[in-house]
Formats: sequence, C-alpha cells, structure tokens
Amino acid sequence: MKVAGPMQLALDLPLHAADPCYILNPMVQFQRAHLDASFAALSDATRRGILERLGRADASITDLAEKFHMTLTGMKKHVGVLEQAGLVTTEKVGRVRTCKLGLRRLEEEAAWIERYRQLWDARFDELDKIVESLKREERVDGRKKRK
Amino acid sequence: MKNPTTVERKSERELVVTRTFHGPAHIVFEAWTKPELLKRWWAPKSFGISFISCEADVRTGGTYRFVFSHAASEQPMAFFGRYIEVTPHSRIVWTNEESADGAVSTVTFEEKGDKTLLVLHELYPSKQALDDAIASGSTSGAGEQFEQLDTLLVTLVRS
Repeated sequence: MKVAGPMQLALDLPLHAADPCYILNPMVQFQRAHLDASFAALSDATRRGILERLGRADASITDLAEKFHMTLTGMKKHVGVLEQAGLVTTEKVGRVRTCKLGLRRLEEEAAWIERYRQLWDARFDELDKIVESLKREERVDGRKKRK
Repeated sequence: MKNPTTVERKSERELVVTRTFHGPAHIVFEAWTKPELLKRWWAPKSFGISFISCEADVRTGGTYRFVFSHAASEQPMAFFGRYIEVTPHSRIVWTNEESADGAVSTVTFEEKGDKTLLVLHELYPSKQALDDAIASGSTSGAGEQFEQLDTLLVTLVRS
C-alpha cells in the first residue's frame, strides 16, 4: 500500500535533489508537512490505540485487525497513515506484514550523512578545478621568473 | 581522476569529511582563504544555491559572513562566524554562529608528495546538537518538534 504524502514524495526524490537548504542550515527551516502528518496521524483514537499496542509488542496487520475488530483493508489504511507519518515501520516477511513502533532514526541519519557527503563532494569537484588552474598559473609564473 | 569524498560520524558529537586533492597544500589553502576563490566552489550549482555575498577575513580573530540564495527558499540563508585559528597552509578553525548549537569546524591540509589530504572536522557542542541538526535536516525530521513528538509517543504508549 502506498499513499502519496509529503514524506513519501520527499523520499522518492533523488538524494541530491532533496532540500539542500536543510542540510546547509538545518536550524533555519524544518519540514512542517511531516509534523502535520504526525499530528494528523495521532488525532485518531484507533491509531493511538495501535501505537499503544505496538509499544508493547510488534504485531501483524492481521493481529491488529482482529484486536481492533476491523477489516484488513481498514487496518491497512490506519497503518498506512502511521507509516507515512514515520511513527510505524512495517516489514513484509512472506505473506505477513509486521508492524513496529519506530521513527526511522537510523535511516534518517544515514540519508542525511549521504546528502551531506554529496554537498561536500560537489564543492570539492569545483575546488579541484580551482586547484588545477592555480597550479597552471604557478607553472607559468615559475617559467617567467626563470627567464 | 576524481578522488572520493568520505563523511563519517566519528562520535556522538563529531562529523569528519575527507578528500585528497592533486596539488600542494598552499594552493588548497589559498582556495579556502581568498573570498574570490571561495565563492567559486563553496556554493555548488548542482545544489541550486548561489552566493549573494561572500565576506571572509580569513585570519585568526577575523569573521566571515556568507549569504546564499536557494531555489527552494524565498528567504536568503546567512552563515556567519569567527576564525579562531588560521595557520597558513595547514589549518583553519572557525565557528558556525547562525545557530546556538553550531559546530566548531577545523580543516587541516596535509601535503603528501604532490597531493594534499584535506580533513574537515566538525565538533558539535553536544550529542543533542548533532542529532537535532540531522533530524531537522532529514526528510521526516523536525528537530525539537520531533523530540516533543517522541515524548508524546512515550506518554501514549505508557498510558
């Protein structure tokens, strides 16, 4: 199940296109859209119940549907909303989708570090060109001095 | 041939960036310390950012102020701070004062034959400061707001 939300859109972007201003100056701006998604996700009593349940143990969509007396489709929708908000992660093993409580901290850190690396890499590619041209200038100056 | 750039979170408070350049240390140092040269590489075009102004008085006790425009943001972004230490051809240390939790950055240039190894070390004031910088810069994070959400979640789960 895939619901297009602000977070999903951001994740779908190639890494280098994802918000350089946040990497450059993380404190200046932050992503409101995600926060809105998180609070929207928490505004529903069933979804709060799901989080509470997952706080005690991981559970499959089927378990959750039974527990909350809902259809599988209905539960998938709720889990989808929580997943979009980054409050829950799911993993499919065989035919069972297991849900866990989680904010994807580690993945976020790895993605941030990679974008940060790309920023410096792009800077250093430009710096390479300047180093080359300064080296050439020095060689020319050196030859002039010897003459 | 292009040299690789590496970034590693060395500890709870530190990020380290490394890169080798095909040139002597004094040339790489010059490109970091002359504003007219700095301007040509610090704001890569591929990141959609460009300099509005670039002031840098690169000597111990000097200050800098970089102002960028960015395609995705209406407001210009300003970065500023002080040079704590400038040792010609080998080391520059500066502060990042646009936020209270800004890092202290140290770049060193180590000449090896006809190459120079550059190491940029960024030390944040606390683990929280670096975590927040990462969280607020991530696609789904929002720094302090996220911390509050975490707390809220813990409360919900326990209730």
